[in-house]
Amino acid sequence: MKVIARLTLHVCLFAGFCFAAPPAPAGARAGEEIARLPDVEGRYGGHLTVGERAEPKTLNPVLATDSVSREIIGRLMGDLVEINRSSQLTEPALAKSWKISPDGRTFTLTLRKGVLFSDGQPFDADDVIFSFGVYMDEAVDSPQRDLLIIDGKPIVISKIDKYTVRFVLPRPYAAAERLFDGLAILPKHLLEKPYRAGHFAESWALNAQPSEIAGLGPFRLKQYVPGQRIVLERNPYYWKVDRQNHRLPYLDELVFLFVGTEDAQVMRFEAGETDIISRLSSENYSLLLREKGRSGSQLADLGPSLEYNFLVFNLNDLSGKKLDEVAATQAWFRDLRFRQAISLAVDRDSIVRLVYGTRGAALWGNVGPGNKLWINQSLPHQARSIEGARQILRSAGYSWNTSGQLIDAERRTVEFSIITSSSNSQRMKMAALLEDDLSKLGIQAHIVPLEFRAMIDRVFQSFNYEAAIMGLGGGDADPNPEMNVWTATGTSHLWHLGETTPATDWERELDQLMQKQMVTLDYSKRKQLYDRAQQLIAENLPFIFLGTPNILSGADARVGNFHPAVLDPYTLWNADELYIRSSAQENAGIR
Amino acid sequence: MVDKIPDSSIRRTQVVLLIVALAGLHFLLICAGFFAPYDATSQDRELPYAPPTRIHFCDASGFHSRPFIYAWTPSGADTDSSGSYREDRSHEYPVHFFVRGASYDILGVFESSWHLFGVDAPGKLMLFGADAFGRDEFSRVLFGGQISVAAGIVATLLALATGSVLGIIAGFYGGWIDESLMGLTELFLSLPWLYFLLGVRAFLPLHLSTLRTFFLLTGVIGLIGWGRPARLIRGLVLSLRHRNFVLAARGFGAADFYLLRRHILPETFGLLLTQAAMLVPRYIAAEVTLSFFGLGVNEPVPSWGNMLSTLQQYSVLVSYSWLLAPAGAVVVTSVLYSLLADVFHSRLKSQST
Repeated sequence: MKVIARLTLHVCLFAGFCFAAPPAPAGARAGEEIARLPDVEGRYGGHLTVGERAEPKTLNPVLATDSVSREIIGRLMGDLVEINRSSQLTEPALAKSWKISPDGRTFTLTLRKGVLFSDGQPFDADDVIFSFGVYMDEAVDSPQRDLLIIDGKPIVISKIDKYTVRFVLPRPYAAAERLFDGLAILPKHLLEKPYRAGHFAESWALNAQPSEIAGLGPFRLKQYVPGQRIVLERNPYYWKVDRQNHRLPYLDELVFLFVGTEDAQVMRFEAGETDIISRLSSENYSLLLREKGRSGSQLADLGPSLEYNFLVFNLNDLSGKKLDEVAATQAWFRDLRFRQAISLAVDRDSIVRLVYGTRGAALWGNVGPGNKLWINQSLPHQARSIEGARQILRSAGYSWNTSGQLIDAERRTVEFSIITSSSNSQRMKMAALLEDDLSKLGIQAHIVPLEFRAMIDRVFQSFNYEAAIMGLGGGDADPNPEMNVWTATGTSHLWHLGETTPATDWERELDQLMQKQMVTLDYSKRKQLYDRAQQLIAENLPFIFLGTPNILSGADARVGNFHPAVLDPYTLWNADELYIRSSAQENAGIR
Repeated sequence: MVDKIPDSSIRRTQVVLLIVALAGLHFLLICAGFFAPYDATSQDRELPYAPPTRIHFCDASGFHSRPFIYAWTPSGADTDSSGSYREDRSHEYPVHFFVRGASYDILGVFESSWHLFGVDAPGKLMLFGADAFGRDEFSRVLFGGQISVAAGIVATLLALATGSVLGIIAGFYGGWIDESLMGLTELFLSLPWLYFLLGVRAFLPLHLSTLRTFFLLTGVIGLIGWGRPARLIRGLVLSLRHRNFVLAARGFGAADFYLLRRHILPETFGLLLTQAAMLVPRYIAAEVTLSFFGLGVNEPVPSWGNMLSTLQQYSVLVSYSWLLAPAGAVVVTSVLYSLLADVFHSRLKSQST
């Protein structure tokens, strides 16, 4: 009886597979300038589930700052120019072509004709003008606004005709077309009203109806269930087709489940409840690797990421801050020889082995081996030497007392605390290794794990810390996003925030180099400037660079066209190309 | 009556065994430095997550009366830290007893570098395997126990001292004193103490030395926990106050303090002992919980709680079962104390009937 019931069920399921094949989306319309991807092939249907560590904060592309919101919004929205995550080069998107004037200041973009938003309304230059108006509006306070203000002057945008827009930059700006990636084009017909009425900040919140939201991305919003999931469905008007002129995307639905933590992501993935994990820690990666034989999942080690983890000393100006204890430690930190000794004592090989399980790379500068286009290969990679570090300290006037503690010229024992985020187990491990390394120099370092926000507050606001282990970078391979770290007035100039002018000579030179590379258009000249900047950073050690993890991603065996990349978003950048392999193969895999 | 004699004699041997076990456990922890072959904080970066060392008696040449071990070496292709190890059979390391090693002190007075057992370097005898930094888990369990168990005992003493003083005052004097003190216990019992502690930690200075953290931890656990013992003692004192022998003593003109000291306090001892035996494991668990959430003693100093906190990571939990050793230690300690509480409790009951 049971067998028959099960058999019937199987027959029904099989019939379901045969008849429920989704209707393929319509081909190109007359006058539609569609983008053809000649290398892409796939199969329609199915849904892909992704586990997210947190719930998104908003669906408004202008206001989103957290990575989860941005990952989801990125699938709903289209950009003028895209950075191909795989080649790291720019590609035409909604702008089918662009021209740069010889002085490098004027960009003329020609838009695709006949493109429709996901609600069927046409897209043209007015939407572009409107979108950039919103991004640059001070009242909206978009995090992207900084990118569009160069030297305190905004980029001037004008409409030439219905499908041509011109951007005039206040001065030449290297690789300016990369700026367009990540600046989503908004539908003027939906957002102009709330924007004029001053309600822009409230639009496209999580409780917005799907009909209120439209974009130019491969998917559109279908459903949001608070605390559980967000479901996107195919945008039937998406402007890309594959090799056989089939309109993308292949997937019927893209589902984001809110699972909470990386561990929960892994467990859901192991259970087959989710299909893709964008970033894995090395431990979880090895765990999945061991099960690979059984699960057949696709695991990718893409090599070193662009992020850099480092130890930073508090060199902020503390006058008037009532932080005497912190200020007392700064005398050590300001001495380059002290920082050199510490850098020499760090066992970077152990960091790579113990923290990243060999799936990472040691760092001696801000550009790691993952960034092949920009890394300065001539920088020395000093081998660890406790004896060398002791010699440097000795020459800097330090000595050791009878119990082996390091004491400075004023006979104070060298002792400081290092704060780090308690939720980041990799940085916690780095801290434990560093603590042990420093003890070999007679330095007592106290590791203080803090909740992430509390740590950020100390580093950026109160300056009430002595040293911190942090990580930065990872956005783009280009040097320009690094401007805010290395220029004195930058918002992430962590070791000395709020400087109006560079405090030291090398910082002054670094400032000049960074400013100059930004306005230099020729790659090899820019590279020369940035090489020198990297050299200055490595020599003067405002950060003690530690290491960078590899980008590790995973996908279920059923996912086709899975091409993860080292640039964020690592796996979903080609969500329009992802597909679910045929159900026959799929069933064969499961049985 | 007849068949009660063998029963009580069995009980007596059980009690003796229990006391021996508890004494042994505390001796082991107090002399952790001697029983632990390695320092709790020294890292061996070549052996992250090394599994427990296997002790051998037999090799190719036959049986040896002296046990020996082989060193772990990363096995072949998978050389990442989470990869597996294999035994390097090329060299045997015999286990020696009473060897010199890392120096330690016992109770802060007696310094030594003798250890019960060990093997010659570079061999490593790690009975419970190694943690993420190649630190010997067995040594860390012993040293960690010093902090966790001491925290449990000190916190218990604190809670009972506070609880009994306030409970006796409330029960003996009654009236508005009783009402206000019992109101206070209710407040303390209803406090969401974990959140309260998370809040308190934010106001403390960044770095606290291990000793200060320890006293802070025990202070907080003890002060939060006085509510229950205070209520129990108060109930007992309330009933004692109206007993005939107390009333008689009062009739002869005994002062309050004499009554408390001579008649009331001795009557509460049984209850206090039972409470103590019950509270110690509970407060060990409290220390473990707080350290698990990063509110306790910080790395690299071990405590059972902060050792277990690495198991918050799913990959560690499912890959390295030997890192659950501190949990086993907590269970053993708690069971022994709970059995002791049972013994005290049954004695108390047999006395009162």
